[in-house]
Amino acid sequence: MSKRDSVNASEINETFCRQVLAKPGGERFRACFQCGTCTASCPVRAIDSRYNPRVLVKMVELGLRDRVLKSDALWLCSMCYLCHERCPEEVRFPELMTVLRNMAVDAGYIHPSYAKLSSIVAEQGRIYEVDDFINMRRKQLGLPLVSSDREQWGKIGTQLRFGKQ
Amino acid sequence: MTRYAFFLGCTTPVRAMNYELSTRRVAAKLGIELVDLPFTCCGYPIESINRDAAMLMTMRNFALAEANGLDMITVCSACTGALTRFSGEFKEDEALRNKTLGQLKLAGLEYKGSTRVRHFARVLYEEVGVEKLKAAVVQNLGALRVLTHYGCHYVRPSESYGGFDDPETPSTLDELVRVTGAESVTMPNKNVCCGAPLLSVDKNLALSMAEIKLQMAQAANVDALVVVCPFCGISYDRGQLEIEAELQRKYGIPVLYYPQLLGMAMGLSPRDLGFMMNSVKVQGLLGKLSGYAAGVKT
Repeated sequence: MSKRDSVNASEINETFCRQVLAKPGGERFRACFQCGTCTASCPVRAIDSRYNPRVLVKMVELGLRDRVLKSDALWLCSMCYLCHERCPEEVRFPELMTVLRNMAVDAGYIHPSYAKLSSIVAEQGRIYEVDDFINMRRKQLGLPLVSSDREQWGKIGTQLRFGKQ
Repeated sequence: MTRYAFFLGCTTPVRAMNYELSTRRVAAKLGIELVDLPFTCCGYPIESINRDAAMLMTMRNFALAEANGLDMITVCSACTGALTRFSGEFKEDEALRNKTLGQLKLAGLEYKGSTRVRHFARVLYEEVGVEKLKAAVVQNLGALRVLTHYGCHYVRPSESYGGFDDPETPSTLDELVRVTGAESVTMPNKNVCCGAPLLSVDKNLALSMAEIKLQMAQAANVDALVVVCPFCGISYDRGQLEIEAELQRKYGIPVLYYPQLLGMAMGLSPRDLGFMMNSVKVQGLLGKLSGYAAGVKT
């Protein structure tokens, strides 16, 4: 969202703000007074102007649900926790980010890289497959085979819900 | 002998075997027994998709460690952060705790809350201690100047880590480096992010973030960067080669996992420390150490 983008009243979703506040991690965002410490601390913002945590908080407050949840910027936070350490109002921005990303996923706007990830994790319990090649390499190095318990994992993996619960 | 469950995570056993190998060898030499259990992903990558699912994954790992009567040692800072934060939230969020316990029960598991998790480097600092580590040094690394990289989740969010180190200007890793005799160069901005979490979202952005630390290391003219997380390691080591190829710039800065550095000082061989798997070659660095085994296969 650029500074020149105006807000159209029809975009405002009045329940969005309340929905965010009701979720664990979203409770604190109304304390934000737009000081910009988060943005000034942000290592992503320092390089890429598409991303601005202060503006994102404002957009949530304004109830711009679709713009926030469909935004590519939502997936650009690196979760470094610097803004979290420095925020004078203890907004807990990374937790707010998790709330928003979870809501985006529920609304069908998952980032493609995360969609790929969720299917392999549900099946194998890992983000990388440990194949025969990896295990052969590990054996050569004197490392133990990666221990797994597929049966046990199956009982957990089948309970994981990645979309709307 | 101290025993811990070794929580390897997903990335280290597949993409940072040099980190794993050096950790196992150093731990064994220090009398720390690392027990392998069928752990899965810590849950961190899933948090952005669904917090409840991530919590379930985290707590399955805790249940497994507790059933074996062991605390956990991690080597990945992202795993450390997720496991530590989620075990705290598990205690605070009653609704999610009850839901998670119900899900664990369906898999025949339970969790009472007795298991602690700490990063290997933190255990070295807090449990073994710098004095005992100094006593284990047989090869002084005084010829080396290095720049430490703490990574974000090693110290943040600070409230999860109960007062361990400073979230903005940490110092414990520098102390661990000095144990070996190597100089740990002091520079501002100790809290830069390696960019690795964004590698799959926007690679150019992630590599641009990684390059900031490489520029700092180049300006300080150090022999190596020292890291304690496989994501930081991959960003700076393998990522460095990509940055060099893409942008036609030359850095040539070796990236060492802390156990690789400590292992050299403890007299472990280059093979035991997995140097042949480092992307940026380390021969120049090893050549500075008279008396240290030079036969590194590449």
